[in-house]
Amino acid sequence: MTIANDIAITPQLVADHGLKPDEYQKILDLIGREPTYTELGIFSAMWNEHCSYKSSKKWLRTLPTTGPRVIQGPGENAGVVDIGDGQAVVFKMESHNHPSFIEPYQGAATGVGGILRDVFTMGARPVAAMNALRFGAPEHEKTRHLVSGVVAGVGGYGNAFGVPTVAGEVEFDARYNGNNLVNAFAAGLADTDKIFYSKAEGVGLPVVYLGAKTGRDGVGGATMASAEFGDDIEEKRPTVQVGDPFTEKRLLEACLELMQTGAVIAIQDMGAAGLTCSAVEMGAKGDLGIELNLDKVPVREERMTAYEMMLSESQERMLMVLHPEKEGAARAVFEKWELDFATVGKTTDDLRFRVLWQGEEVANLPIKELGDEAPEYDRPWTEPQIPAALALNDVPQMDVADALLKLVGGHQCSSRRWVYEQYDTMIQGNSIQRPGGDAGVIRVLGHDKKGLAFTSDVNPRYCEANPFEGGKQAVAECWRNLTATGAEPLAATDNLNFGNPERPEIMGQLVKAVEGIGEACRALDFPIVSGNVSLYNETNGRGILPTPTIGGVGLLPEWQKSIRIGFAAENQPILLIGGPAERGTHLGQSIYLRDLFDRRDGDAPHVDLAAERKTGDFVRKLIRSGVVTACHDLSDGGLGVGLAEMAIAGGMGATVTDIDGHDPILQFFGEDQGRYLVTLDLDPQGDEIAAIWAEAEALGIHAPWIGTTGGTSLTLGRARAVPVAALTEAHESWFPSYMSA
Amino acid sequence: MKAAVLVFPGLNRDRDMIAALTEIGGAEPAVVWHQDADIPDVDLIVIPGGFSYGDYLRCGAIAARSPMMDTVRERAAHGVKVLGVCNGFQILIEAGLLPGALMRNTSLKFVCREVKLEVTNTDNAFTAGYTKGQIIRCPVAHHDGNYFADAETLARLEGEGRVAFRYAEGTNPNGSINNIAGILSAEKNVLGLMPHPENLIESAHGGTDGRALFAALLAKAA
Repeated sequence: MTIANDIAITPQLVADHGLKPDEYQKILDLIGREPTYTELGIFSAMWNEHCSYKSSKKWLRTLPTTGPRVIQGPGENAGVVDIGDGQAVVFKMESHNHPSFIEPYQGAATGVGGILRDVFTMGARPVAAMNALRFGAPEHEKTRHLVSGVVAGVGGYGNAFGVPTVAGEVEFDARYNGNNLVNAFAAGLADTDKIFYSKAEGVGLPVVYLGAKTGRDGVGGATMASAEFGDDIEEKRPTVQVGDPFTEKRLLEACLELMQTGAVIAIQDMGAAGLTCSAVEMGAKGDLGIELNLDKVPVREERMTAYEMMLSESQERMLMVLHPEKEGAARAVFEKWELDFATVGKTTDDLRFRVLWQGEEVANLPIKELGDEAPEYDRPWTEPQIPAALALNDVPQMDVADALLKLVGGHQCSSRRWVYEQYDTMIQGNSIQRPGGDAGVIRVLGHDKKGLAFTSDVNPRYCEANPFEGGKQAVAECWRNLTATGAEPLAATDNLNFGNPERPEIMGQLVKAVEGIGEACRALDFPIVSGNVSLYNETNGRGILPTPTIGGVGLLPEWQKSIRIGFAAENQPILLIGGPAERGTHLGQSIYLRDLFDRRDGDAPHVDLAAERKTGDFVRKLIRSGVVTACHDLSDGGLGVGLAEMAIAGGMGATVTDIDGHDPILQFFGEDQGRYLVTLDLDPQGDEIAAIWAEAEALGIHAPWIGTTGGTSLTLGRARAVPVAALTEAHESWFPSYMSA
Repeated sequence: MKAAVLVFPGLNRDRDMIAALTEIGGAEPAVVWHQDADIPDVDLIVIPGGFSYGDYLRCGAIAARSPMMDTVRERAAHGVKVLGVCNGFQILIEAGLLPGALMRNTSLKFVCREVKLEVTNTDNAFTAGYTKGQIIRCPVAHHDGNYFADAETLARLEGEGRVAFRYAEGTNPNGSINNIAGILSAEKNVLGLMPHPENLIESAHGGTDGRALFAALLAKAA
């Protein structure tokens, strides 16, 4: 055998397992003896940041996680939200940051595989996927390679599995140079009375292993994901797993078929820390012990040790507790799909996690302390230093038309077509709005009208400057994007990506961002139902921009009435709904400053949550009344970029006024929050639009008529007219030229 | 009419195809698992898209060697219509039911977008619902759709009117020779094509250009 179980436990070995001296002492106190080598591996797998959330748990608890539609909040494989008619949407977002930096294709592919498994583990067939990708500066030597590999990996797995990618984000910033982010989202549909959970019930029942065989790939992956990167990163490649979407597709079909037989009591996919984590979670949640016999585990490599089997992160594997009388029927399903099926253990009543290997007991640990009673920290944190607001007269000038062309053709605001055309966006035949708009929209199969909207959002620049406001803004923008399609935002999943939590300033970012997220979720009735935390995202001591990605889901009673961003018809009035009377005022942390003047100063824009809700509800009502022909929320690049995106998507120009005496740069590129652009199929002089204005005024919402659609150019105030063809050319060319350079 | 959809492990557009056949034909097709004993007596056999056996060997190569494909070959020889879309096209080529090869896209990347197709020939059961030379919209989603055939085969395909669809208006997404998107067998009862007409059959898809293919086929097959 390659690794014996009697390896001496030295301080170095403990450190190599990512366990701090005080954590090791806790282990000694807990079990009253020195752990075996396998036990040390199990502790390291369960107590690392990735699996235990030990630094973030205290703060995650403050988030709102319930609501009238929430069936299952955080703590399961995915969140479950009622969408009516006996159906639920099941969704979650999860990071695969470290593996994707070490080996971009497989890291991204297995990230997609992991999140899909989380969803179908609960009995839901995946119907939509998104991914939020953040890379280093475009000019950094590794960026192209990472973009190319990650995008191919996301597509390679999702396309073969057969789920449409309907939305996502791609962003570049030098702060991700040594640590890119891959946050993968998946959503599935299930009947509300057929949701499957990981909590084991019943003593002496078979614990069954299903799916692919166990190999040595990914041993120690979760521990790797909980450490900072140094220059030795290349040595960590063997900790990245290899994805097999063909097996995952069969596993999906086999699991859903098996669930219909009524054989499944509890189910847990093997993700981070594989067999260890899945077995401990099922037992700990059900207040049961688990005994595993590793000699029964299907393996694809010879002479695997107990340690390796317990820590392997081989993909496409599941663990289930089954009704013993239905074991035969269950086996037949898996044999049909040519997947492994092995009874590898049983549930016990002693709350111990026991592992047997070659007739020897290699681990015997208290299951609760390993699982839901893992250590928790209240790490010291410092209040973030918020930069001073930009001085009112500090508005660097540039020609408005030139600025617009540069921004829509820059790395931040340009089209992501190069990326999303590598993803299958229409498989399953239900994609109503594909990537390129504010949110992806699918119809719910089996209903004439019902639809779901999906979006993923965060503005890391804002979070860096002001974590609290940035956290609020991420939630608000997500809620806004759903609203802009006409959807009612239902609930969200959060994927919190931060640096090293042992540094008080990083911990401060986390604390304040979570506080902002919580405040916004409460104000908008937008609970967090699932999520994931990824810490230690730093290289050589420099953290990433704080990036709490929010993935949101909205419900459309009639997908036929969902609205797109492109201008739809000529001579229609354009209304700017929400925000200040001056249209735009806030330039701090804007794309205009960062990308045209290389400045990252000022405070982030603040979100007025009451106004946000009021404005969004107003816009949604307007959309549902049937008079809106296009709608787009304003974000990066403000009003100017928002108008350009509507013109490009609609292949049609517009003429827009400006306010005399107010700086056009602020008006067109300010990133004030809570704003939407809508076009209406109404006479701007008529009674109907007057009624809309009266209602807006009564609510205290600014909704000025700022321009009219039509023509082949976009004219912003007094700036020169820019042909839509030139905007489109700039918008579409950045990504392909960058990638082929 | 009677249709059957053949399913190999790893195919994933089977549900899309079943939905299209059901919607347009008015009856659910038989769904045949690759290990089933036989294909029922049908007028149309469809092999949908996806990644049979993960496409870990050449695309379609493993499925093409499944015993079930012997049955397909036999039925085709007796005039039963066979439609292969995307991976289904790759399987038909690997099984020798259609000539040529489908290589990796010239971009070396998976491509999912809408393209334009010219209906090149309409003297067959598959494209009879279109007019010759008609330009239709159709989505593609594949990694290996770059059609190639040697000069002699190509001349025969063109000469015998066996090119059913061609990418049009500069939208060839994969580098296919002669812009070929779909070809017919010598008897014109087997069609393979890379694009996905089953994903453009109703307003929810943003268009119905794919509908005429199934409508004509299912009417003829009845």
